[in-house]
Order: sequence, then C-alpha cells, then structure tokens
Amino acid sequence: MDKTKSETGPTKLEAVMGWVDKRFPATETFEYHMSKYYAPKNFNFWYYFGFLAMFVLVNQLVTGVWLTMNYVPSGEGAFASVEYIMRDVEYGWLLRYLHSTGASFFFIVIYLHMYRALRYGSYRGPRELLWLIGMAIFIALMAEGFFGYLLPWGNMSYWGAQVIVSLFGAIPFIGPDLMEWIRGDFLMSETTLNRFFALHVVALPLVLCILIFVHLVALHHVGSNNPDGIEIKKNKDANGIPLDGIPFHPYYTVHDIHAMVVFLFIFCAVVFFAPEMGGYFLEKPNFDMADPLKTPDHIAPVWYYTPFYAMLRAATYPLFGMSAKFWGFVVMAGAIVIPAVLPWLDRSPVRSMRYKGLWSRTMLSLFVISFFILGYLGTQAPSKIGTIMAQICTTIYFAYFILMPWYTRIEKTKPEPERVTG
Amino acid sequence: MKKLLLSILILLPLTAWSASTNNWPMEEFEGDLENLPSLQNGFQLYANYCLGCHSLQFQRYERTADDLGIPHDIALENLVFTGQKIGSLMTNAMPKEQSKGWFGASPPDLTLVTRVRSPEWVYNYLKTFYADADRPMGVNNKVYPNVGMPNVLLDLQGVQREICSDGHCDQLALDSGTGKMSAEEFDAAIYDLTNFLYYTGEPTRLERQRTGIYVLLFLIILGCFTYLLNREYWKDIDGH
Repeated sequence: MDKTKSETGPTKLEAVMGWVDKRFPATETFEYHMSKYYAPKNFNFWYYFGFLAMFVLVNQLVTGVWLTMNYVPSGEGAFASVEYIMRDVEYGWLLRYLHSTGASFFFIVIYLHMYRALRYGSYRGPRELLWLIGMAIFIALMAEGFFGYLLPWGNMSYWGAQVIVSLFGAIPFIGPDLMEWIRGDFLMSETTLNRFFALHVVALPLVLCILIFVHLVALHHVGSNNPDGIEIKKNKDANGIPLDGIPFHPYYTVHDIHAMVVFLFIFCAVVFFAPEMGGYFLEKPNFDMADPLKTPDHIAPVWYYTPFYAMLRAATYPLFGMSAKFWGFVVMAGAIVIPAVLPWLDRSPVRSMRYKGLWSRTMLSLFVISFFILGYLGTQAPSKIGTIMAQICTTIYFAYFILMPWYTRIEKTKPEPERVTG
Repeated sequence: MKKLLLSILILLPLTAWSASTNNWPMEEFEGDLENLPSLQNGFQLYANYCLGCHSLQFQRYERTADDLGIPHDIALENLVFTGQKIGSLMTNAMPKEQSKGWFGASPPDLTLVTRVRSPEWVYNYLKTFYADADRPMGVNNKVYPNVGMPNVLLDLQGVQREICSDGHCDQLALDSGTGKMSAEEFDAAIYDLTNFLYYTGEPTRLERQRTGIYVLLFLIILGCFTYLLNREYWKDIDGH
C-alpha cells in the first residue's frame, strides 16, 4: 500500500483533504480532538454520560426543530397545537415523546455525569474551569427545562411556572417588580408564554451549545481525568504520548457508539411503552389546559427539580426579619450553586474515591441518599414528617460541601498508584 | 453501586400510586384498543349521550372512524349529528358561559379525560351515580361527590340507591326493572364507553407500541454489531 502511494502520489481523497487542509484545519482539528486526543485507557461505566448528554442534546435540538414547525405559542393555541401534533401530524406523537422523554433523560444523564465528577474528583485542579463551565451548563439546562415546561400550556405547566416565578417575589424591595418583569404581565399569561418560547427555542439552546463547545475545548486542553484520579500525562513515552493514554478515536468512539445503542434501548423502551412514566415525565394535570382559576390539588415541579424544590420548602422559619419564603429561595439557589466551589473545598491529597478515606466515602453516600430522598419529598404534598426529613437531608446536602475542607484533610487516604489500574 | 441500589429501594414507594381521592373502592379497568366492536359501541354511546355537552375538540371524526374501522358514510349518517364534515374536530354547540349557570360548571372537554384522571376513574365514575334528593339534579356520585352533572345514562341503568349501615354508606343497590339494560349489559356499555375515551386520550397508543417493538428489536440487532465492533478494536488494548 505504502509502495503504491509513493509511486503514484497521493490518492484522490488525500488530494481533496490536502486542498481543504490548506484552507481549513480539518485534519488538524480531527487529530487534536479525536485521533490524537489521548484519553486514559481505564475509563469505566461512569465515563459514558458526557457523550450521552451530547447525544440527548442532539435529540432535543432535532425533535425541537420539528415540534416548532407545528407548535403555536399562544394562550388559545398552545395546548391545542400540542394535541394537534399528537394526533394530526405524521409521527408527531413520536417527536413529542422523544422530546418530553429526552428532557427527563437529559437530567438523568447529567446527574450521573456530575456524580462521576464527585466520585473521581474530576473537578480538582487543573480542571477547575472545566468544572465551572459544566456548572454553567447545568444552570442553563435547568433554565431551558423550566422555560420549556410552560410551553404545552397544561395546568401543571401554568401553575408550576407560577410558583417558580413567584419565588422571585420573596427577594426584598425589588421582588414584586422583578416578578412582573419576568412575566411581562401581572399574572402568567400569553405574554409570558411568548417570551418563554423565545428563550426556550432560541436563547438558551444557543447559550447551551456555546457553553458545551467551551466545555469540550477546556476538557481537551487539560485532558480527561480517570477512575484512579491520577494524571496520565506524568508518564509519557519517547514520542510524548501518555503511556496510559489511548487515542479517543477509534477506541472510545466505538465504546461510545455501543453505549449509545444500549442507552437508546432504555430510552426507546420509555418513549414507546411508558412515555408518561407513571406521571413523572408527563404529569397528569398537564393534560388539562392551563386555567388561571383552577389550581391543581398539589403543585409539584417535574421530578428533576424536586430535590431543590424540597430544599426550598424545607426553610420554614423567618429569620433576621426576612420571610421563610425568602430563606427558602436562598437555600434553593445556594444548593444549586454551591457545587461550583468544590474545587476549592476538596483538600484531599488524592482525587479519586478509590483512594479517599472513610469520611469522604460516607459523606458522598449520605449526599447521594439525601439527594434521592429530597427528590422524593419534592414530589409529595407537604407534611410535618416530610418537612423534618427535608430539613435533615438539606443539612446533609450542605454538610457534604461545607465540611469537605475539614474531612478531606483529617481522613487517612490510600496511596495513589503510579500508573492507572484498569 | 451499593448506593444506587439503596437509593432505588428508597424510591420504590414512589411507584405506589393511588387512583382515587376518596375511599370508594375502585373497580379495575383494563382498556382494550384492539377490541373494535367495543370501541365502535363506545363511540356510538358517546355520540348519543355525551357529545351534546362534552366535546372531543382535539379529535377528528375521520381519524376516529378510520381507527375504529367505520366507513365514512356510515359514520356521517349515524354518528355525526351536527352536519359537520368528516374531517371536522368533534366539537359541539354548548355555550360555555350559560352552561356554567345550568350545571355550576361548564361541561369539560373529554378528549383527554382518561389521561387527566385515569380510565379506572371514568369507569367507576359512570357507574356510581345514585339518587340523592338533596342535589339539584337529583343525583350524586360516589367517585366525584357533589358533581354538577346529571345522570345522563339513567334510562339505561335505572335508579341506584345508597345503602347505609352504621353510618357508612359504602354500597349502592339498583332498583330492579327501572333501567332499559340489565346490570351486566350496563357494565358492558360503560366498559365500551370508557374504552372509547381511553382511545381518544391517545389515539396513537397502539401504533406507538407496535412501532416500539420493531425499534427495540432493531436496537438489539444493532447492539450486537456495535458490541462486536467495540470488541474488535479493544483487542489491541486489552491484549496487553
């Protein structure tokens, strides 16, 4: 093969690529990000979710574009247009379920992706910026989901959005005006629907795509972490290639393609056989059209916000002359933002949970369990026991972060290996 | 992994979902969208007894007729009483504001009622009207207490009465011979009607499930190939 090449000169394809490469760094970019991007060879199950998040994003963008073709963002037309898509548009039901199920799976995948970072210390230096960009993506995604949830104009859409917007009313002095400014009206109305539509289909997808691009640029600059939490760049061969690194393409592309098919199997099982997921992905009251005069019996946000919603409700005492509602807002906002400072809270000499001590393991376990319990409590109507449990779990949630500088320093860690351990 | 399992165990109680808001023991309802005679009968009952007040404003006659295997001319002759075209949405002329005065609330659209409530709810609701002289329409309901709706199916079912003992009124009994249908016939009719509303809630349900089977089968086959592809490449890495 090499012989013929030297005899006959470059092949046609090589000639075309040569022409392109002179004008655009196509091969260079592909090599930098794919075929010569050396990723640790010991990635495990938890390392699929970054790619899967991107896959779900593409699903959301593509199905979203097609849904927009038939969706009518008006108070009179929105609900009916969704049912029109479900009944009269060819495969409209499929587009809609792919999008609504995709929203829930986006959060499942992102939560697992973030858990991976907690487990293996992926937020630690030199990946602080990578982590911060990721946090920005998470917050943008929450906003994207929130705006999108109003669009079907069902009764839960309406009242859920009403509750969340009214949270801003708890901010002193500017609260009531801020609420009006967000809604563009004195109550949730078509004006609100129109601006949420604009934000959902134009502004936030744009922000998300830019942030994800920057996230990848940062990742490929510092290189991927791995389950051992050690730097593979410390051990390089004569050519400067990490000894424990393998080219992302083809090794991890074939890995991820298989993961994608497995993911699709689970995803499609939900889309085709349980798109409502027992009322958790599509809530029952949302099959009723938005009605400002009819409050649902029990207003709860969609499941992926419920851990934070439970923390909001856990604040029940007024303090320093501020209402309990205001403190609930502070607690919720704090809970969403506090992971951003993780890189500066973790003082452990090791990154990965594999080599951290009992304290870190226990705290992470408690953190995960309390997050699940909070998620459950957020779906339930408030009760006395529920509130106490939410307060305990909120305390654990924050303790995981606030006590981290202390427990990561005092615990006994295991020595990190020199090379990755499979 | 242990953490995940534990968390799943904690979340399990989530799946317990109560269908009713009061204590009436609900009879189970299992919809059957492949039972076309049932759906056709349900459609007929709906057109005759319900559509005058309760629209199906998101569902079209044409689609319904096609899905239920009813030829268009027969549908137009027997099921469309409003002179609407076959492609029309199943709306009615119930004036919203006035009907509110008549019944206390305007009759809701029922296209999605089985998704807002549940098919069980509709099935039990329609079967549990009973005579109650204190109510404006002379009837009350066990599943939806103090509902504004009159018992439209009274002439089919006959008069049902509450039976109370020790202050608990948790049984209903039928005055025999007051309805055109026997109890069994009436149950079957309500089944068909509920089944029809189960259909209108999501007319694509069958298509969705049928498509789903092919999609999942395709993914299993594709998964075999992607697994083998992955194994082939990773031989280089796992080899040493």
